[in-house]
Amino acid sequence: MGDENEPGQPDTSEAKPREEKTSVSGLIILSVGLVVIWMLLWGQFTWLSLITGVLLALGVSIVFYLPAVEMSIRINPWYTLVFFARLLFDITRASIGIAWLVLKPRYVPSNAITAIPLRTRSDLIMTWTAEAISIVPGSIVLDVDREDSILYVHVINVWSEAEVDAFEEEVLRTEKRIALALGTKADVARVRAGSAASVTINRGGETP
Amino acid sequence: MTGDVRDWITIVLVLVAAVMCLAAGVGLLRMPDVLTRLHAATKPQILGLIVMMADIALNTPAVVTITLAIAIIFFQGLTAPISAHMVGRTGYRAGSVHRQSLVRDDLATRIEEAERTQASEK
Repeated sequence: MGDENEPGQPDTSEAKPREEKTSVSGLIILSVGLVVIWMLLWGQFTWLSLITGVLLALGVSIVFYLPAVEMSIRINPWYTLVFFARLLFDITRASIGIAWLVLKPRYVPSNAITAIPLRTRSDLIMTWTAEAISIVPGSIVLDVDREDSILYVHVINVWSEAEVDAFEEEVLRTEKRIALALGTKADVARVRAGSAASVTINRGGETP
Repeated sequence: MTGDVRDWITIVLVLVAAVMCLAAGVGLLRMPDVLTRLHAATKPQILGLIVMMADIALNTPAVVTITLAIAIIFFQGLTAPISAHMVGRTGYRAGSVHRQSLVRDDLATRIEEAERTQASEK
């Protein structure tokens, strides 16, 4: 998700606390990914597509330079499979739910915007989590607080605080699946420990 | 026989995809505000697309079509949430939110808070 600013503040340009280091392994993983996509797009796995893919991947990573993301080389195939299977299941179930919600005769809107403090401190896991919950129908990430790892999510068709809390639990479980699948060891430990990375959320009402 | 089975599977899959796209269109008209419309417009058709690609892959089972189908799903899955996020973020800030129907709104308190600290810093 493209936003790094504090919500409501147009210009916060203070230095980010996370260190940003370029690593060769990160570049290699990125390039391999790009080459695979290139070959998928051509639909052929030949030397020609491999070589042009490698050249393009290098060209793209040099010309469109992005700040380095802390990549992890660790990928757990089993948990990755679990994650994608669960994602597909969620998409199917929720799509049918939304389709019914839209088509049913009487529709009364009731939604919520909730702040979900994630446990991870990694940009990569946070992005993946935001992507995953955005692609599942029923939830859209409206804003991201990168400093505190908070996602602001709009949830459709929730009727009570309890339902919103249940949704939050669901998001945290998604985060856990992603961290187990491709997080670093520190991420896994943090997710297993289960403490929020950020400060507590001000829900309003009890403002001083 | 196998052709028959495949035809039936095709019929079911295409029908599901069509219903999903129909739901997206109807939702665009029926929903009250930008955010809920986004839900209806961007989401059910992801399933529609996946189902459609599965059907194409089933009917022309070649490496080229399957890899291309995977690439299409991958890019749709990656880009649709981002555009939804950008439109949703802008929509919220532009104030086109149906506030009466919100059970909880944490973002409003957060923005309020941020504005208050900004004002006190001045």
